Amino acid sequence: MDLIAQLEAEQIAALGKTIPDFKAGDTIRVGYKVTEGTRTRVQNYEGVCIGRKHGSGIAGSFTVRKISFGEGVERVFPLYSTNISEITVVRRGKVRRAKLYYLRDRRGKSARISEVTNYKAKE
Amino acid sequence: MLRSGIIAKKVGMTRLFMEDGKQIPVTVLQLDNLQVVAQRTVEKDGYTAVQLGAGAAKVKRVSKAMRGHFAAAKVEPKRKIAEFRVAPENLIAVGEEIIAAHYFEGQFVDVSGTSIGKGFAGVMKRHNFGGLRASHGVSVSHRSHGSVGQCQDPGKIFKGKKMAGHMGSARITTQNLQVIRTDADRGLIMVKGAVPGNKGGWVTVKDAVKKPVPEHVIYPAALRSHADEAKRLAEAAAAEAAAAAEAAAKAAAEAEEAALQAAEAEAAASIAADAEKEGKE
Repeated sequence: MDLIAQLEAEQIAALGKTIPDFKAGDTIRVGYKVTEGTRTRVQNYEGVCIGRKHGSGIAGSFTVRKISFGEGVERVFPLYSTNISEITVVRRGKVRRAKLYYLRDRRGKSARISEVTNYKAKE
Repeated sequence: MLRSGIIAKKVGMTRLFMEDGKQIPVTVLQLDNLQVVAQRTVEKDGYTAVQLGAGAAKVKRVSKAMRGHFAAAKVEPKRKIAEFRVAPENLIAVGEEIIAAHYFEGQFVDVSGTSIGKGFAGVMKRHNFGGLRASHGVSVSHRSHGSVGQCQDPGKIFKGKKMAGHMGSARITTQNLQVIRTDADRGLIMVKGAVPGNKGGWVTVKDAVKKPVPEHVIYPAALRSHADEAKRLAEAAAAEAAAAAEAAAKAAAEAEEAALQAAEAEAAASIAADAEKEGKE
């Protein structure tokens, strides 16, 4: 293992986060820490993960899309961000793409994603 | 109080997630067998500096002259050599090894290295020119520069005119990079942001010239011998403290034992006295 990979592995171990198994098409809820003045609270952001980037290492990130008040909103989260308190998978979707950018042009019925019924957790 | 810089190897870039949610892009620099190879003194050379060497070179690939130079300093042949001007009081003895504790977290440094070569580059890439238009009659020369001068007067192109040419592979200094983390055990220094050069390339790190010199930098340098000495002293002190504590514990135990014995003797005496009393009665 080269030094950079080693440092990143060490940092991941030090952060001590458990990232659930999820991929594009899954509906996920992200608990994101928001600081207002001096108070910190956790804000939930729930939507469809439309893609993951840069692998599952320290540089990894994922995009969550949701329709908020009739307007499409996308947020990109770093996988190992210290601002994320929790990631939960709400629903597992069945899709045939790694990146669901086509959802941006769709609304309503055509933007639905069918659920995976035979999901098997990776050990 | 100019002190020595260091030679480091650029390992690569990564990111650090901080407690407050910030992520910081860092370049990891590694110190590899960084030793003083020679000194430059006013009497001999007219200026004061230390010559540092880093890395390890195969002996058969080192020229005979350099082999002699390294032999005189009694150090292994080095891959990279650089000189750093220092104040006369900050000269370091030949053969001393500098460690990563030379810089502390939060300090600002200047990093110099040889930038990545780009070959013969056009003006758009080399000097950020705008190029010509995509349409309106422009043909073939969309990425060219425009006019390069005036007319019969001055009748020449001024020296230094920005044109296409070789780009990169030049010595570049990036100033005021902050040291985010140091790891003396592995000889790592992490600085915020990018550093010139390829991965595996050599760079030199110096205290930032455009920032005031921080108070608690180590003079003349953070040396392996000093660190070892400090460690040895700390260990000796710890051992002494442990010995003292043990002695104290032993003394306490002895005192307790003595007290116990005294008490027992007293009890025995009192029992004997009682028995005697009873016997009399």
